[in-house]
Amino acid sequence: MSPLVAYLVQFVLALLLAPLLPGIINRVKAKFAGRHGKPLLQLYFDIFKLLRKGEVISRSASFVLSLGPAVSLATALCALALLPLGGVTSPLAFQGDFLLAAYLLGLGRFAVILAALDTGSSFEGMGASREATFSALAEPVLFCCLLALACVGGALHLENHLSLSGMLGGRPGTEWLLGRSELLFVPVVLFVLLLVENCRIPVDDPNTHLELTMIHEVMILDHSGPNLAFILYGSALKLWFFAALPAGILIPDLSPWWAQALCWLATILLMAVLVGVVESVMARLRMYSVPRLLGGAGVLAALALILTQIR
Amino acid sequence: MLEVLFLFPLCAGLLTLLLPSRTVRRGLLLLVAVTHLVLSLLTLLAVGRGQTPSAFFGLMEPDAVGVLFLTLASTLFCAASWYGVGYLRDEALKGERTGFQDGHPFTNAPERRFTACLCFFLAAMTLVTTTRHLGALWMGIEGTTLASAPLIYFHRHQQSLEATWKYLIICSVGIALALIGNLLLSIGFYRPGLVMEEGLDQVGIFVDMAREVRASGFYGVQSPWLQAAFVFLLVGYGTKMGLAPLHNWLPDAHSQAPSLVSGLLSGALLNCALLGILRGHQIMLAAGLGDFSGGLLVFFGIVSLFTAATFIVGQGHYKRLLAYSSVEHMGILALGIGLGGSAVFGAMFHAVGHSLTKCMLFLLAGNILTRYHTLSSYDVRGLRWTMPMTGALWTAGFLAIVGSPPFGLFVSEFLILKGILSQGRWLVATCYLLALAVIFVGMSIPVLRMVQGTRPRDMQRAEPESACSVLPPLCLGVLVLCLGVYTPVWLENILRRAAALIGG
Amino acid sequence: MTGLLQLLLLVLTLNNLALLGVDRLRSLIRLITLQGVLLAGVLLALDHILLAPAVLIIKGGILPYLLNRTRRRIGAEPHLRPRFGYGWAVLAGMGGLLFSFWLEGRLPMPPGLFPPLLLPAALTTLFCGLVLVVGRVTALSQVMGYLVAENGIFLLGIPLMSAGAIWFELTLLLDIFVAVFVMGIAINHISDTFESIDVNRFHNLRD
Repeated sequence: MSPLVAYLVQFVLALLLAPLLPGIINRVKAKFAGRHGKPLLQLYFDIFKLLRKGEVISRSASFVLSLGPAVSLATALCALALLPLGGVTSPLAFQGDFLLAAYLLGLGRFAVILAALDTGSSFEGMGASREATFSALAEPVLFCCLLALACVGGALHLENHLSLSGMLGGRPGTEWLLGRSELLFVPVVLFVLLLVENCRIPVDDPNTHLELTMIHEVMILDHSGPNLAFILYGSALKLWFFAALPAGILIPDLSPWWAQALCWLATILLMAVLVGVVESVMARLRMYSVPRLLGGAGVLAALALILTQIR
Repeated sequence: MLEVLFLFPLCAGLLTLLLPSRTVRRGLLLLVAVTHLVLSLLTLLAVGRGQTPSAFFGLMEPDAVGVLFLTLASTLFCAASWYGVGYLRDEALKGERTGFQDGHPFTNAPERRFTACLCFFLAAMTLVTTTRHLGALWMGIEGTTLASAPLIYFHRHQQSLEATWKYLIICSVGIALALIGNLLLSIGFYRPGLVMEEGLDQVGIFVDMAREVRASGFYGVQSPWLQAAFVFLLVGYGTKMGLAPLHNWLPDAHSQAPSLVSGLLSGALLNCALLGILRGHQIMLAAGLGDFSGGLLVFFGIVSLFTAATFIVGQGHYKRLLAYSSVEHMGILALGIGLGGSAVFGAMFHAVGHSLTKCMLFLLAGNILTRYHTLSSYDVRGLRWTMPMTGALWTAGFLAIVGSPPFGLFVSEFLILKGILSQGRWLVATCYLLALAVIFVGMSIPVLRMVQGTRPRDMQRAEPESACSVLPPLCLGVLVLCLGVYTPVWLENILRRAAALIGG
Repeated sequence: MTGLLQLLLLVLTLNNLALLGVDRLRSLIRLITLQGVLLAGVLLALDHILLAPAVLIIKGGILPYLLNRTRRRIGAEPHLRPRFGYGWAVLAGMGGLLFSFWLEGRLPMPPGLFPPLLLPAALTTLFCGLVLVVGRVTALSQVMGYLVAENGIFLLGIPLMSAGAIWFELTLLLDIFVAVFVMGIAINHISDTFESIDVNRFHNLRD
């Protein structure tokens, strides 16, 4: 099978399976709490339901409001398309595409923030400001991690060490097994970033019902119908993207491509389970200690970067 | 002989912890002091004759510098413990009383522990001065810190506790840095494949290796390590020695400790720390890096001189005055040693003179403190009438410490000046003379004010001063005077040998 | 064995940065215990079979016990009070790490003496200890900083140890033990006399 077909199969699989991750997280949390919980496929049902519904738009809002969801979904799709899946190089990969991927996600966030501000509601403005703050803090940490990976690739003289496919394509992933144990810091940091970027519990509570404490959820209060479905699907894709990053580091090169793909899939699902566990055992952090969490992650990332530089 | 020198104070210290009777304890302290003095004088003579006494499989093998400082420490300990017998007798009668510094009541630490710690302190100093193993030297100096910290906290009030804590933390951390210096030296002399000689005369081994390397003309690999090592040794032991700007703890500890302890700290312990730096300098000289280490020493010496001068002028606290004067003299020592040549002999001579004088002055300060209950030199007046002997000795000691002619320190300071001038370093000479002049003026004002002036109204005229409180400083003073007038041949011989070891 | 050593040194470095970041006295003591255990592990990985148990007992057992006992006896308050923010302390630690890597690159290394990462890890430990001494105001945390610095020096000395000098290392351990013991006594007195172990209250002596 040609690599292109292998990649496309996995890409379609990712698109199909992405809404499963929130379902898994919710199921794990329910099990921890001793409940039965929502069905695993709840998000699929929600999305289909919302797609069929009409939309109510505030009179004070402009076209920016409806631009937000579309842009965020489109950028998430594009970013995912730059990611190698199952160790197979993305057909769109080029040197430096990690910058594009990171800023595509940034653009999507920017669009959602603009849409939130467009409604003119004070709650949504507050959520937007928090989202902007935390993501601004998270960005340097993400780049630290990616740079550390790029350095490993550079030291190995990989041709595409500056693209996501080179960084996460399995070959650098085998390095930690050969004694570069500082690379193990990177998935830990990326997991923290996953929690921050996707508004999971120690940072934001997706199930909260108090607008004052919300971050992400409060921003999309005014969206309804297909637009809300786009946002939900877009954030599921983003979760998949971030869950795939650690998989790219932890899973080494395996010979038949489907074995590696299966390992990736398992890791991604495992990440979802892990998020569920973290959400069940941890309380939400106070707003002002989130920067400290990100600072700790940043220190770890910087340490990994320094150590990879030195070797 | 050396075994006894080390083990006797140690065992006596342990024994004093068990002895119930005060009189016996004090007697034992005196016995330790006298025995130690006799034995160290014997060692001094033996080394002077060119023998190398050795003990504990070569762990203790003093050379000329070591034995010089050993004898000094021993002499001062003898004087201090003689003084201490009377001091402890008086202190035991006092019980709980009000501190004159802050008005809070305080008591003394148990005398038993004080006496024991004095003995341990002596044992640690013996180890420092007799060993040539850098690790043992380090442990000895750390030991002196630990043994002397309880001595500073004899009067249990806030001020002395604060001083003790600063002393403990700053010196411990400083000495830890010196340990890095030791390790870096070992790295510098590490040769892959070459099994290091497992000798205990580490300094000797390093000096030999450095000479070999120097002779072979290839020392690119080791010199950065050695330079780093010397910097760490200088900073580490320099903290303990009170070189500015690392001297912060020194005025506090020396002013709050009981006077006999201050005398020992200033006169004996600072020399021990200096010895640590000297060992490093010795190795650097052998490795051909003497200019580097000497330059650093000269720099720190001049900084210390100026810092001391700054703080001595206008200093209203007479024990702090003496402490800053110690900083000054440590600066002079560092300067003399760093310069090399004939100044090193002067520095060695200076070390002897300074130790004796400073201990004498601190003991006298103790007398004044007991009588006047104040540390402020403004409140002490009319020493001439109230305590004639102490007053006279205080004046004599002051003249000696600032380097006035009949005393030993004049000779040594003059020798150092001659050394500077013979090298043509005019800037250094100017700084040296300027600082000395400022210090002379700065010290003479409070000292003369204390001696002269009208005595306070409520103070009785001339109570007889006890022999224990006057005779030890008097003896030390006579020794300093003798040094200025006549230097015995054996002493000159030892000083020459000591100076020869460190580039003189 | 080298893989294990590398991992231990890595965890040690991480532990150092964590030391600067924690704000509770108890966590600090726990991290110091961990550091003692890690040191013992490093000794084992470098085949110092005799010394490792001694280090484990003294640095991983007795010293933390003493610290904990002092903490309980004087009823020390649970939070450390920093002189400057924890963030700055951690940044300083990172700076120390970078500096030690730079130093390692500049100094001519005697071949075969240091396993990779040991020198920077040791220097970072030392540096973090010094930051602890300077950057926290309680007397107890100053002692801990001293201990950490001492650990760093010990780590630096491990490759230089030879089988014959075990007695020397043991005496060194004993020395540190006595030092901490004496400091513990002093802290007890400080807590009695000043009713706090905050060294900012030390302002009686100055010029």
